[in-house]
Amino acid sequence: MADSAAPAHTAKTVYHSVANTHPVKVAASGVEVFYADKQALHGINLDIQDRSVTAFIGPSGCGKSTFLRCINRMNDTIDTARVAGSIRIDDEEINDRAVDPVLLRARVGMVFQKPNPFPKSIYDNVAYGPRIHGLASGKDELDAIVETSLKKAGLWDEVADRLDQPGNSLSGGQQQRLVIARAIAVNPEVILMDEPCSALDPIATARIEELIDELRENYCLIIVTHSMAQAARVSQMTAFFHLGHLVEYGPTEEIFTNPRDRRTQDYITGRFG
Amino acid sequence: MNSPAQQGHHIVKAFSEELEQLSASVATMGGLAESMISDAIDAIITRDSDLALDVAERDKRIDALQHDVERQIIRLLALRQPLAWDLRVCIAALKISADLERVGDLAKNIARRTRALNEAEPLPLTKSVERMGRLVQRHLHEVLDAYVSGEIAGAVGVWERDDDVDEHYNALFRELLTCMAGDSRLIGPGTHLLFIAKNLERVGDHATNIAELVHYAVTGSELTAERPKGTPLESGAS
Repeated sequence: MADSAAPAHTAKTVYHSVANTHPVKVAASGVEVFYADKQALHGINLDIQDRSVTAFIGPSGCGKSTFLRCINRMNDTIDTARVAGSIRIDDEEINDRAVDPVLLRARVGMVFQKPNPFPKSIYDNVAYGPRIHGLASGKDELDAIVETSLKKAGLWDEVADRLDQPGNSLSGGQQQRLVIARAIAVNPEVILMDEPCSALDPIATARIEELIDELRENYCLIIVTHSMAQAARVSQMTAFFHLGHLVEYGPTEEIFTNPRDRRTQDYITGRFG
Repeated sequence: MNSPAQQGHHIVKAFSEELEQLSASVATMGGLAESMISDAIDAIITRDSDLALDVAERDKRIDALQHDVERQIIRLLALRQPLAWDLRVCIAALKISADLERVGDLAKNIARRTRALNEAEPLPLTKSVERMGRLVQRHLHEVLDAYVSGEIAGAVGVWERDDDVDEHYNALFRELLTCMAGDSRLIGPGTHLLFIAKNLERVGDHATNIAELVHYAVTGSELTAERPKGTPLESGAS
């Protein structure tokens, strides 16, 4: 088939043309990550739109989680990790020494694969961030933040009458929404999610996906997922990573119906790469 | 559509096998539709009512095959969630099978009219109908080849030459009108021939649809986007 839509392997990223419906929130340029001598990411250039969901897909070890962790400087916590290149959030370089990673992580929240509520009450899980960041001036205000955050996370109705119970007494799906409420409570701008539904059943997954869709109105969301179907369902933009390179980036619909790079197609259709 | 070697194989072998089975079923439908058109034309030329009856009978098989193709595609969509090339191949197969089913209906209609024509005196214009029929049959053959091989050049060629069929039809239409105006006894058989020509013209349209679908499956883009607007197409009415 001489006219194959998928060209041969190239080191260059294929960028689909994009209607810029939203301003760029996160702009990465030449991002490289090394773990000791091993290079995990090679020159990633990627603009992520605000108020939309961007999915990172790719096989295990492709660098998608590594790149996600660059966006709130989680790689700082790994001694052997070295990050090069530029990541700007609203034109502010987050890798500047002047940027306090703790404050950055309040602006860039993160939700992990396994729900990780603190061993505290439901209330305290959500109130913890606002307390340490001094976002509430009194008990009433803190109560309001907790309620609003739990409502935004779609959990309020289920826990309103038992806020003093331990967070880890909730079901897996509820815990994941609690963790999202905790992230929302500190007024983040960007929410990173690293396989947030991989430990959940389809109903709990659907709840989280609906929540992601609602959060899109106010936040820039970035989700790493191994589920092609989930990436297709929740995201507007999709980035495909392979062996530490960004291979292809474009509107989700195009990536899943007409990918331009052979490696993207092999991955999403389950072929040998 | 055969997944060309460059497309590689699925890690789950059964998925590849199911897609191959789907393509084989569509190809079988195509072969059957093509033979129906070919034999329907032969039946007109040779005034063979038995052959015409046989053509009409074959329509049931093509209908059954279409149901089978639909069932396979629903199963693939539900169980495999095909994406990219695989998704396009499934959607194209679904639509192509509908086009082929219509081709079968049209062939059946031609065959039934042929049996009616054979009751009357031979008309002078059957040669023109044969020329048009062979052209349409060739188009169908070429797009089906393109479907099987995944070589879009053949599909694009047919798509560009659909006007040839229309020209044949228009010429035949005028000739038949003249013929019927000159001799009112020819109005009955002439009308049958006119409908046969119209049916062949529609088979040509289905061949064009299939060409577009093959192009979409292989490239992911629509054929219409590439056709230069206002450029006169090659005239092949020779």
